[in-house]
Amino acid sequence: MKFTLSWLKEYLNTDATIDEIVEAMTLAGLEVEEVENPAEKLSAFSIAKVISAEKHPDADRLKVCQVETRDGMLQIVCGAPNARAGMTVAFAPLGAYIPGLDFSLDKKPRKIRGVESSGMMCSSRELEIGDDHDGIMDLDDSFEMGMPLADALDMNDPVIDFEVTPNRPDWLGVDNIARDLAATGLGQWITPKVKPVQGSFPCPIEIETDAPDACPVFAGRVIRGVKNGPSPEWLQRRLKAIGLRPISTLVDITNLLTYDRARPLHVYDISKLNGTLRARLGKGETFQALDDKEYSCTNDMCVIADDARVLGLGGIMGGTYSGVSEQTTDVLIECAYFDPLTTRKTAKKLGINSDAKYRFERGVDTGFVIGGLEMATQLVLDMCGGEASDVTIAGAVPENPAPIEFDPKLNKRLTGFDLSDVEMVSILEALGFGVKTASPTWTVTVPSHRRDCTMGADLVEEIARIHGLHDMVAESLPVTGGRREPLATDLQNKIRKARRALAHQGLSETVTWSFVSQDHAKLFDGGDESLVLDNPISSELGCMRPSALIHLLLAGQRSADKGYPGAALFEAGPTYQSPKPDGQSPTIAGIRRVETVRDWQGGTAPDAFTAKADAIAALAAMGAKVDNLQVAKPSGSYWHPGRSGRLQMGPKNILADFGELHPGVLKKLGIEGRVVAFEIWPDNVPSGRKKATKSKGALSISDLMPVHRDFAFIVSEDTPADKLLRAVKGADKALISDVTLFDVYQGKGVEDGHKSLALDVTLSPKTETLTDKDIEAVSTKIIAQAAKMGAVLRGL
Amino acid sequence: MANIETLKTKYIGEIEAALDLAALDAVRVAALGKKGEVSLQMRTLGKMSVEEKKVMGPALNGLKNELAALVEARKTVLEGEALNAALASETLDMSLPVCVKTGTLHPVMQVMEEMAVIFADQGFSVAEGPDIEDDFHNFTALNFPPGHPARDMHDTFFLKPDENGEKMVLRTHTSPVQIRTMMSQKPPIRIIVPGRTYRCDSDQTHTPMFHQVEGLVIDKTTHMGHLKGCLMDFVSAFFETDVETRFRPHHFPFTEPSAEMDVRYERVGDEIRIGQGDQWMEILGCGMVHPNVLINCGLDPDEYQGFAFGMGVDRLAMLKYGMPDLRDMFAGDGRWLGHYGFSPLLQANLATGLS
Repeated sequence: MKFTLSWLKEYLNTDATIDEIVEAMTLAGLEVEEVENPAEKLSAFSIAKVISAEKHPDADRLKVCQVETRDGMLQIVCGAPNARAGMTVAFAPLGAYIPGLDFSLDKKPRKIRGVESSGMMCSSRELEIGDDHDGIMDLDDSFEMGMPLADALDMNDPVIDFEVTPNRPDWLGVDNIARDLAATGLGQWITPKVKPVQGSFPCPIEIETDAPDACPVFAGRVIRGVKNGPSPEWLQRRLKAIGLRPISTLVDITNLLTYDRARPLHVYDISKLNGTLRARLGKGETFQALDDKEYSCTNDMCVIADDARVLGLGGIMGGTYSGVSEQTTDVLIECAYFDPLTTRKTAKKLGINSDAKYRFERGVDTGFVIGGLEMATQLVLDMCGGEASDVTIAGAVPENPAPIEFDPKLNKRLTGFDLSDVEMVSILEALGFGVKTASPTWTVTVPSHRRDCTMGADLVEEIARIHGLHDMVAESLPVTGGRREPLATDLQNKIRKARRALAHQGLSETVTWSFVSQDHAKLFDGGDESLVLDNPISSELGCMRPSALIHLLLAGQRSADKGYPGAALFEAGPTYQSPKPDGQSPTIAGIRRVETVRDWQGGTAPDAFTAKADAIAALAAMGAKVDNLQVAKPSGSYWHPGRSGRLQMGPKNILADFGELHPGVLKKLGIEGRVVAFEIWPDNVPSGRKKATKSKGALSISDLMPVHRDFAFIVSEDTPADKLLRAVKGADKALISDVTLFDVYQGKGVEDGHKSLALDVTLSPKTETLTDKDIEAVSTKIIAQAAKMGAVLRGL
Repeated sequence: MANIETLKTKYIGEIEAALDLAALDAVRVAALGKKGEVSLQMRTLGKMSVEEKKVMGPALNGLKNELAALVEARKTVLEGEALNAALASETLDMSLPVCVKTGTLHPVMQVMEEMAVIFADQGFSVAEGPDIEDDFHNFTALNFPPGHPARDMHDTFFLKPDENGEKMVLRTHTSPVQIRTMMSQKPPIRIIVPGRTYRCDSDQTHTPMFHQVEGLVIDKTTHMGHLKGCLMDFVSAFFETDVETRFRPHHFPFTEPSAEMDVRYERVGDEIRIGQGDQWMEILGCGMVHPNVLINCGLDPDEYQGFAFGMGVDRLAMLKYGMPDLRDMFAGDGRWLGHYGFSPLLQANLATGLS
């Protein structure tokens, strides 16, 4: 919302400076976004008088002028045809920036066709204050030489632009801004009361409203014998200052009231009307609006129509057919109330915007329907002449807002502000509320332009806002005494630790979009229609992701394309299985592009086992017992069928998948080369059982030396090594403390389709040193256990 | 006796002349071995008279011990020389590079941890909720009137309608978690809610996904002065400097009264410095929880009250750590992550510092 300082001062008697006004607005909730003073642009320019203007000796179209300026008598060469002796002009000194030409004059006099020239005389276009380009500005001779041009042209009038919050549509009128500022103590609110204009004949046009919900009240009156032409200079300047284009007096008056009182109006040329003027719902008709577009009006829209046609969209935009022109002599002024929701829905459906719509959809003052009509009537009579009819009102003005039973103690309870009753009453009254104090509650009547206030908290806000939030005493939150449980959840702690473990593994954490393209989602076993956005920002970000891997892969490829191969990234974030609240699960996903890093110690590239190590590092950090995990096949179709694995505690509790990604899927994503990856589901990592104490218990260690025995077993090559390790470990749970795999061999000496697995078994005696016999017995058990799964001791 | 002196002179000379361990050992064997000259001399002791023995016994033993000691001493010297010779060939170019590669943690995650730490000190715990929300939790319960602009497709992402024609939304703020918390937990409540949020916006200063931290305090006494104190304490702790703040009235559907908090800042070159300066920058919205919101969650506004606030994590991260462009946050560029990321050893903590 824009308005000028002089406009505000019409309703607010104040000595405050522009800075003080801006500060007061901001602290009262009218957040100022910009202040622009057109005078600043003109500060270099001043009034000068042309003393003589002679033809240039060497150029027919140039004149050599002697000009009396505030810098003394100067010689200026000028090309304007209208330059003449005795003229009052706008003078630009040397070095001045000319906004309309976007350049600065030289700092030293320059010669034009051999004649020295010191400065410039400007046209209004060169100063961006008009369109005149026939010559330099020919100003009023009463302006004194040396006077700042901005003062002479009365342009020292800052334009203030501020944000109107949706609860305060009344701030879309300057009058109400003045009232709020007066309440803060900045000055007196001096808006004169609107006086009714006596009609001199009955309104000849019948008015009806057939849509009591969409248009509960429709008031109008005829003014005949008007003369419509360009509006007066002051009005044009006022509209132009806030960026509106003056059209004609009648239209300019409606625009003035729109910004002056947040009260949109419409004016019809009654020579175009046919029968009764009524507000009703659309019937599928089309009409041409003032924006020269054609709109079709459905039965959820409120239109203004006569017996022959639709004339306009109520509260949004009039039509070209019945609009006023210079020929118009008899008019009808419409002043109605249109329902905010209908207005919003209609405008949204039609994609149409206007100052009227902006106000009606937020809510226009129901108490100013008649007042607005009277004020407009007076302005028309003043500027266009004519004679007014009686006022006709169809429907009924909506009831005033309900009064609020206000407990004055609520103010201190909610804000901590200890204000006296007198202070509170004075603030409310200054804002237009009526207060009847009583005990324990007050009855506060709400003015019709303040429908946002419906309860005590709303009044507390008004009191706090006007008194000033900046004045409120800040108090630190009281400390909650006693012992505190840790505030982070177990899951939060797990993810925090896993992220750190992965960064230690050399992966960098990223945060990527929660949405992906639906095609990509399908590649990762997602892309269900129920997770597709109805209005995505682009199809690339159109579907909730089934996996965090997708954007990591794309980011890795982007880096490689830029010349930075070897991306190693991870992300901890959500994935989505369904739109239900429990259809979202946290995941930690990571990738490593398989790109060899050359190094003097020998090049290395990550492989599926690097990804396994990453996953295990993260799981271990989260407290999972990684030694006991089963290894299975991942179910996702995006994993390499032979080089991927799943870490689980059982078929129903899957902790992580890892390995190489399917090259076919990568190709469809546009990823070059191979990538290894992992996905971890922290939700599934069991939390350690909470113990009664933090004690770790006594440590029991044996003094006896452990014994190592090596075994090599032959198994078929598709046997998972993990299976043999488990079998061997289980051969004697008391004695065998560890089994490690130190060699995997295929080739000479091992039958085709088989492999040799070499194990180092650690035997840890607890009570006495092992004898050869003991060791022999364990060995037999180990070989027997291994045999159960088809493993044969090598060399046998 | 003369014989002993001769032996002594001879072997001392030979021990000193031995140039390596093998030669030394040969000398040792020649003198002190089973058939060495000294050993052979000692065998003659048995045949000597008592008088002779008295003289020759100690003399020979002395010779044996002296030579043995000299051999040991020479051995130590020669071993040392041998080791030095071996070490002379064991050299490495110690300027060769080694690879220690550690990744980094994302600044948005770091900043959310910093916030959790600061608010934990004020007794807040961290709550979370789903990104895909229904109209009730994202709008209705938060007192958004029907037809509010935020409900437009223009501002909010919707999923395609389900079989009943209902459209889920991607939460436009973390405030729905306020509702979920108040409906499931009895006051007193002090929570913060960090998380992903979404709006249909994409330009230099807006991304379609961003992060917010929501705060909620509900009890019987907390008022707007506490809100002010809580946020002033937060903002100085977060920026790790004294920050001058300003509270201005504003409007949000779910708070009443509502306010925005500004902080002082100044621009030094390309850098924005928060704390002092002649400019104000808005950094968060806040207010007292609207009575309608309390009622919607089954709480009696005559009994319970409290405040809520919400702030943009990404923007605060940018302001604190000097990232110029929001869009880079979610691009996953390794160079950016290396520059703006944080060490995994770092753990935001009020005792040892936030970063």
